[in-house]
Amino acid sequence: MAKHDIGYFAHEGLSNMFSHGFMSFAAVGITVACLLIMGTFTLVAVNANELLRDLEQENEILAYVDDSYTETEAKALQTTLEAVPNVASAVYISKEQAMEDFVAQYPDEDMFQDLDPEILRDRYAIKITDLEQIRQTKETVEGIPGIARVNAYEEIAGGFITVRNVATVICVALIVILFVVSVFIISNTIKLTTFDRRDEIAIMRMVGATNGFIRWPFVYEGFMMGLLGAVIAFFSQWGLYAAVTRGVDNNDTLQLIHVIPFQELWVPVAAVFAAAGILIGVGGSLSAIRKFLQV
Amino acid sequence: MIRLKDVEMEYDNGTRAIKGISLTIEDGEFVFLVGPSGSGKSTIIKLLTGEVEPCRGRIMINGFSVSNISEKQIPLMRRTLGIIFQDFRLIEKKTVYDNLAFVMRAVGASPKEIKNRIPYVLQLVGLEKKAGSYPTELSGGEQQRVAIARALVNNPNTIIADEPTGNLDPERSLELMSLLVKINQLGTTVVVVTHEKDLVDRFGKRVVTIDSGHVVNDSVGGYVGGSIHG
Ligand SMILES: Nc1ncnc2c1ncn2[C@@H]1O[C@H](COP(=O)(O)OP(=O)(O)O)[C@@H](O)[C@H]1O
Ligand SMILES: [Mg+2]
Repeated sequence: MAKHDIGYFAHEGLSNMFSHGFMSFAAVGITVACLLIMGTFTLVAVNANELLRDLEQENEILAYVDDSYTETEAKALQTTLEAVPNVASAVYISKEQAMEDFVAQYPDEDMFQDLDPEILRDRYAIKITDLEQIRQTKETVEGIPGIARVNAYEEIAGGFITVRNVATVICVALIVILFVVSVFIISNTIKLTTFDRRDEIAIMRMVGATNGFIRWPFVYEGFMMGLLGAVIAFFSQWGLYAAVTRGVDNNDTLQLIHVIPFQELWVPVAAVFAAAGILIGVGGSLSAIRKFLQV
Repeated sequence: MIRLKDVEMEYDNGTRAIKGISLTIEDGEFVFLVGPSGSGKSTIIKLLTGEVEPCRGRIMINGFSVSNISEKQIPLMRRTLGIIFQDFRLIEKKTVYDNLAFVMRAVGASPKEIKNRIPYVLQLVGLEKKAGSYPTELSGGEQQRVAIARALVNNPNTIIADEPTGNLDPERSLELMSLLVKINQLGTTVVVVTHEKDLVDRFGKRVVTIDSGHVVNDSVGGYVGGSIHG
């Protein structure tokens, strides 16, 4: 393709786009909607994942050792615990240590100062690899002889996992539907252009233009609609994300949630939006011109 | 060179438009293709441009074997032809200049080639002053001359015209035919479909007469026998 051709295709593609203002507007609009919904659900899923990871790191299972075990016996459980699947680490905490930690939390309260460590139990603080399997891991640990009781906050973990899974399913379904709809609308917009230009297309064929040459302006048209959709969607996503972040930060209960700043996410968001927008646009244009180019 | 050998052609609806035609047109020739309406003249033109395919026989055009040409070669074959229709088929929202530039660009001409070539071709058809006009601002005869300029602009080996004077009054028809003869004298092969007996007689060129899908006469001079109303 010669250099002067590229300018020509770009010009033709652009003027095609403007000759069907309303349809192009609809096509770009639906692409923006597609990308925005895709982006929003993905960003929610990314944040939920990040929260889960925090939770995995902070959330420990506490396994209390049977009172009848001596300190040596209790310490011997370490290897058994670490052998349990999904256990990342097991740290032994003696009741004396536990008492010290507990009292340290209330430096101003006298009533805890002379407590007897004997009222507490030796315990293991267990960290796990996969939060989704917290329930099985808890049950396995409970079954180990010498472990009296296990505390795990599986409900909280379960809630986050549900949010993440639901978000993922809805996200995938919506993306697929909107993707197809976007391609369809762009395809129809370009079909209108090919209809408007059928005389020109007929003449180009008559004088011996190649299919590739005839195709390019329409591919450009789709490309530019997709790219425009991606750019608009990106800035809308940015605005939306910033607003939600501000809302979360200013809300007393939600403040605890750490939202990933957009600055850390904009590069992949921009890249994915651009790629998806272009894919939609070019896909739509190719599907529009597939038929009429067969002799 | 154009060569048809035992060509038969049938439309999808079963109409047998061409029933065995053999015909050779040498480079540099000027040929009238005449015959009554519905005899198959336009179908022969469509066979030459690759718009329809023969169901039997062989067609050679300027070195391309049209009967078994590949998809990729069709555009290259068409670049050796300049085609003119009765209804001009100009693009109304483009100026005369842009109508020509458009088809040059379509086959990959550079802006410089376009700028050099168009004034020459417009001058050849006598429209150098109309470059900036739109087709609707021109008379029928002028529009058809633009169509001739467009057919010539990519410098084809052969000009093929299907009833080019069908929409013109007698004076304009004579002018137009003379222009095609002049183009032929500059070295381009010209094939003209027409049913205007007076015109054909006047030029004393080779005349191929078609009737019901057959060649019924092929001679130099005028119309031979039969009805010529079509
Ligand atoms: N697209 C078509 N489909 C079916 N039949 C056609 C088509 N075009 C032409 N014909 C038929 O083929 C025959 C030859 O037509 P045509 O080549 O157009 O004749 P001419 O140009 O000599 O008037 C006619 O009987 C016509 O009705
Ligand atoms: Mg005809």
